[in-house]
Amino acid sequence: MKTDIILAGVGGQGILSIATILGEAALRRNLYLKQAEVHGMSQRGGDVMSCLRLSSDPIASDLIPSGKVDLIISLEPMEALRYVHLLVPEGRVITSTEPFVNIPDYPDIEAVMAELAALPRVVTLPAEAIAREVASPRSSNMALLGASAPYIGLPVDVLEDSIAAVFGAKGEKIVADNLAAFRAGLEYTQSH
Amino acid sequence: MKTKKLLLGDEAFALGAIDAGLSGAYAYPGTPSTEILEYVQSSPLARERKIHSHWSSNEKTAMEEALGMSFCGKRAIVSMKHVGLNVAADPFVNSAMTGANGGLIVVAADDPSMHSSQNEQDSRFYAKFALIPTLEPCDQQEAYDMARYGFELSESMKIPVLLRLVTRLSHSRAVVETETEPMPENSLSYPANPRQWVLMPANSRVRYRQLLADRDNMEALSESSPFNRIVPGTDRRLGIIASGIAYNYVQEAFGGKCPFPLLKISQYPVPRALVDELVGMCDAILVAEEGQPFIEDMLRGLLDRGPKVYGKIDHLIPTDGELTPDSVAAAVATLLPDFDRLRPAAGRRAQNVTSRPPALCQGCGHRDVYAALNAALEGFESPKVFGDIGCYTLGFLSPFNAIDTCVDMGASITMAKGAADAGQHPAVAIIGDSTFTHSGMTGLLDAVNENSPVTVIISDNLTTGMTGGQDSQGTGKLEAICLGLGVDPAHLHTIDSLPKKFDDMKALFTAEMSYDGLSVIIARRECIQTARRHAKAKSK
Ligand code: SF4
Repeated sequence: MKTDIILAGVGGQGILSIATILGEAALRRNLYLKQAEVHGMSQRGGDVMSCLRLSSDPIASDLIPSGKVDLIISLEPMEALRYVHLLVPEGRVITSTEPFVNIPDYPDIEAVMAELAALPRVVTLPAEAIAREVASPRSSNMALLGASAPYIGLPVDVLEDSIAAVFGAKGEKIVADNLAAFRAGLEYTQSH
Repeated sequence: MKTKKLLLGDEAFALGAIDAGLSGAYAYPGTPSTEILEYVQSSPLARERKIHSHWSSNEKTAMEEALGMSFCGKRAIVSMKHVGLNVAADPFVNSAMTGANGGLIVVAADDPSMHSSQNEQDSRFYAKFALIPTLEPCDQQEAYDMARYGFELSESMKIPVLLRLVTRLSHSRAVVETETEPMPENSLSYPANPRQWVLMPANSRVRYRQLLADRDNMEALSESSPFNRIVPGTDRRLGIIASGIAYNYVQEAFGGKCPFPLLKISQYPVPRALVDELVGMCDAILVAEEGQPFIEDMLRGLLDRGPKVYGKIDHLIPTDGELTPDSVAAAVATLLPDFDRLRPAAGRRAQNVTSRPPALCQGCGHRDVYAALNAALEGFESPKVFGDIGCYTLGFLSPFNAIDTCVDMGASITMAKGAADAGQHPAVAIIGDSTFTHSGMTGLLDAVNENSPVTVIISDNLTTGMTGGQDSQGTGKLEAICLGLGVDPAHLHTIDSLPKKFDDMKALFTAEMSYDGLSVIIARRECIQTARRHAKAKSK
């Protein structure tokens, strides 16, 4: 298997937790993984992205070449659009619909949603609302991961075990919340 | 036995060093190098062995401390971002003259594309003129392996080794196979040639001749290095030289099966014999390297009359910004039309996207300082504000548009002083607490000695905020430092940088900017990110 993923969002939204879960899952499945992320100045509320590559064969580059991205997982709708030109023709976008407006010239959200809807393969979900309903809004990144789960190439139970392992140190409640959000996200994708 | 771990390039090197008998790690935080020392600080084995891992005041002090540990025969690392090597340049260049006793690895993490830096300088140039061998890992595994190799190289050649990282390796994770049996630390021992460590001219002249002779041995070691090799290829129209992570981008372009002979370089001085061998078997050479055209420039020389060389100097590969798998693939496609399929296939960009620049966190004390400062400055005709390096550099952007300069660590105070010398009034310096103890104190002494009409604002957030909240060396000591340097107590003030203190801050700034002499105002509030982490750690 081989899946090249871009994780996108705004600094502080929690894309790196998604990366941590996928890293844990890759180790459990004995897969190769490379994950390049951004630290420092770019984290202060600016756009952030991480390239995450999973494969059963060795991976050469830490960066994904243009036109080779299989999947964009984004915590923010405009941030999903920022990378669509890097997708393979049949590539897929899974994004939260909730805009993060911290700039004066954020584009018209209807236009953003229309452009997303015009993509060949896209799942849009209100990740934060879904997470709030079953757990807490803080778990919205896990709701998004759940919605992406069928397209990553990793079994759902391995992802769930990884969530339990990564959040284990923070206590049972946090694990339960994150698992609930993950499952709600997964259900959302399966029913839409 | 080996175990597998998922590690950042920074972490892989740090763990490699610990597993290779490290006794002391030294650093000042700087993106993308920060995670090296942080990893040592969090390592149970490092704690058990009491491996030194406290932050230093700046890269120069860190470098000298590491050199002192090496003098005593123990293995040490010192890590910094590329521009940190400018600060540490004096001890770095002279450490080639003293040589090393215990293995000493100096890590410089370059930041091409300037993700979080003010320039793209390439650290390999420093090592070249200092006559210090360089290692440049291509991936996380090599970063791990090169720690041990580097210590051995350093101890066998009796010289420090530079390890060059770049952002994409420092901050990228991969699975690394690590040793389960860490090596013991070195015991205390002194240099075999003690004269060499006293760099007075008579000693230095002798030593320099030795160093120049050693340079040839270093090149021979590069030629036999396990990290440098020619990977054979059957298509001889082109030979590719790829250094560091560029090697991965070449492999990516060809799915791991490069049809052209490929020279991988991860140890310097440049292995001349291997280059010669590659050139001898190919019609032309393409050089792929991250950073400035270091190898390419050597190959071309001034006259460029040798075999045809392609790379960055001819702009086939962009000269600025990060090297990418795209730029390498595009270069090959341009050179050889039958490889046009390699040309990167980016689709159409989306329409409804605008840039989202970073900004100071909501609730950050720097915001309150800038708000009050801007209000105070309105009362003056032509104020200039000299900024510095840290989160507060973001005060340049709207809505504050507050600073006129940002150059290097500590330059706010000294540039404000120079401007005041030129007749500028008011001349305001704004600097963070960590930057102040890094390189601001000496400049403040200059201003004290001339009672320069400069208003220095130390925006003290009690941490090194920009790099993620590392301990700041001046915390709790800033007033004493300023008084000790001779700042007039009548013009040294401390104020909380809180929204409710807006009027007080504005009045204080106005009063001190009107004063015809040196003032220091310490505006203090803990960074909210660090405060949050401290609260979390406490509740655990
Ligand atoms: S990290 Fe801290 S110092 Fe930096 S902008 Fe945020 S609150 Fe301010």
